[in-house]
Amino acid sequence: MARHFDVRRQWGFATVAMICFFLLYLPIATLVVFAFNAGPSLAVWEGVSLKWFVAAWNNSDVQEAAMRSFIIAIFAATIATIAATMAALATTRTAPYRGMTFKYAFINQPLMVPEIVTAVALLIIFSRIKVWTGYSGLGYLIAAHAAFCIPFAYLPIRARLENMDLTLERAAADLYATPWNAFRRVTLPLLLPGIVAGFMLAFVISLDDVVITEFVKSGGQDTLPTYMLGQLRRVVTPEMNAISTVFLAISVLIVTLFFLISRKKT
Amino acid sequence: MASAREVAEAAERRDVRNRWLLSAPALLIIFFAAVGPLFVMLLYSFMAKGDYGDVKLWQFSSEGWFSVFLERDIFDDTLSVNDAHLAIFWRSVKLSLATTFLTLLFGFPTAYFIATRPERWRALWLFLITIPFWTNLLIRTYAMQEVIRNEGVINTSLLWLGLIDQPIQMMYTDLGILFGMTYVYLPLMVLPLYAAMDRLDFRLVEAGYDLYATRLKVLWRIIVPLVKPGIVAGSILVFIPSLGAYVTPRVLGGGKNMMIGNLIELQFGQGRNWPLGAALSLTLMAIVMVALLLYVRNASKSGARHG
Repeated sequence: MARHFDVRRQWGFATVAMICFFLLYLPIATLVVFAFNAGPSLAVWEGVSLKWFVAAWNNSDVQEAAMRSFIIAIFAATIATIAATMAALATTRTAPYRGMTFKYAFINQPLMVPEIVTAVALLIIFSRIKVWTGYSGLGYLIAAHAAFCIPFAYLPIRARLENMDLTLERAAADLYATPWNAFRRVTLPLLLPGIVAGFMLAFVISLDDVVITEFVKSGGQDTLPTYMLGQLRRVVTPEMNAISTVFLAISVLIVTLFFLISRKKT
Repeated sequence: MASAREVAEAAERRDVRNRWLLSAPALLIIFFAAVGPLFVMLLYSFMAKGDYGDVKLWQFSSEGWFSVFLERDIFDDTLSVNDAHLAIFWRSVKLSLATTFLTLLFGFPTAYFIATRPERWRALWLFLITIPFWTNLLIRTYAMQEVIRNEGVINTSLLWLGLIDQPIQMMYTDLGILFGMTYVYLPLMVLPLYAAMDRLDFRLVEAGYDLYATRLKVLWRIIVPLVKPGIVAGSILVFIPSLGAYVTPRVLGGGKNMMIGNLIELQFGQGRNWPLGAALSLTLMAIVMVALLLYVRNASKSGARHG
């Protein structure tokens, strides 16, 4: 033991890791810094200013797109979380039964197919339904978002259920609680952190979606990400960075909350 | 006794029925807005293309599938290989493999670094990897664009340092797409690698060194075989979205450097060839399914070996 050699210290690996973290955050940091640029350039620094945030805030296209993003995300995440909670209750805490693997594969299907494939498949069928019914509202986007949000909402809820003690529910049943009461008073409160975490993941995933939204949306239904995608074709000003910065801040906030909630183990 | 068994069986049947009812909403939503449309798309891929997009309903044609790799000469109707499509498929596979390799090159040491930190710091390092993963892909691609474009951070600094006197063109090149995809998919490689390394018994690594193995030998003969499931999982997780990438090549590649995803979009936009677009999508999905099947087989094999 004279030779103080520790396998946990691999300087080469540590250096690459540091470079990796640096490269991971350099573009994001640059983006955020230039959101505060006083000039119109994305490369020449002309002093600190909040003018691009003000410009973005007053841009009616941005306001509308942001509002639409939030409405879709709230509806889609709520629907996905309810459906995922029910599905998680049906696929955990039991001996494997016929059809369980099928359900599991089905629920995770949106994760396995490339987004562009789902996007054009939805474009095909929704354009047909739009012609048949004449309806072209936000319902299509909400349905599409709810579908790909389900696997994300399902994950933390299922994890929570699998770690949950069944004896509490049995105790409730022994004390003459009806199944519904046992669920409402025992299972649901214990499951709540998982449900909240699932909702937050679904919300972020819906908010971030570009590809499926881009293909499913009707004219004038831009969400914030598709609006930004459209803007990238033109000459970009730091207004884009300002929108991105606010967007990033919201995502980071939600993800941080998610981590704090799901880290607390009972 | 028989009646007691009957009661139990009835209860079990009721239980199974309730479980189907409970999962029905999730299954129905996914059926209507994810799985079902794929079957409609399969149908569409076998119909004749409409003059202004869409298809001529119930007029069947195999032209869509033919056009995936072949093209018909407009004068004499002879079939030849569609070089443009082949080039796009080849670029997609090439760039996806390169992305997988680069993310592994950077991700492996990073995951090792995180896994060897003291317990209380690990969550923080992991959190730093996860944050970009949960932030908007488009924003990260845009951030990358700001770094690699001619007036971007890299070129501006290199010019300022006098190392180059002409900006290096990275935007609208394959290299730009490669950088972008490596950047956006890196967390997908690190997370499964970390999961595998977290379970790694470092006493085995120490034993290797004690027995006078060189660093490279320890890495190659001990660490890599033990974390192989993580390497495979990470590679699959990076390869699949890379192959189907749409946003990154659209933003960083421009119109010229298309990948499969952009070729598919083209058919539903200016190309107005929905059957071909549907056939291309299903081809992409088939490639992805093959990759997934290989992964599942690999995972179950190694799972069986380790009990």
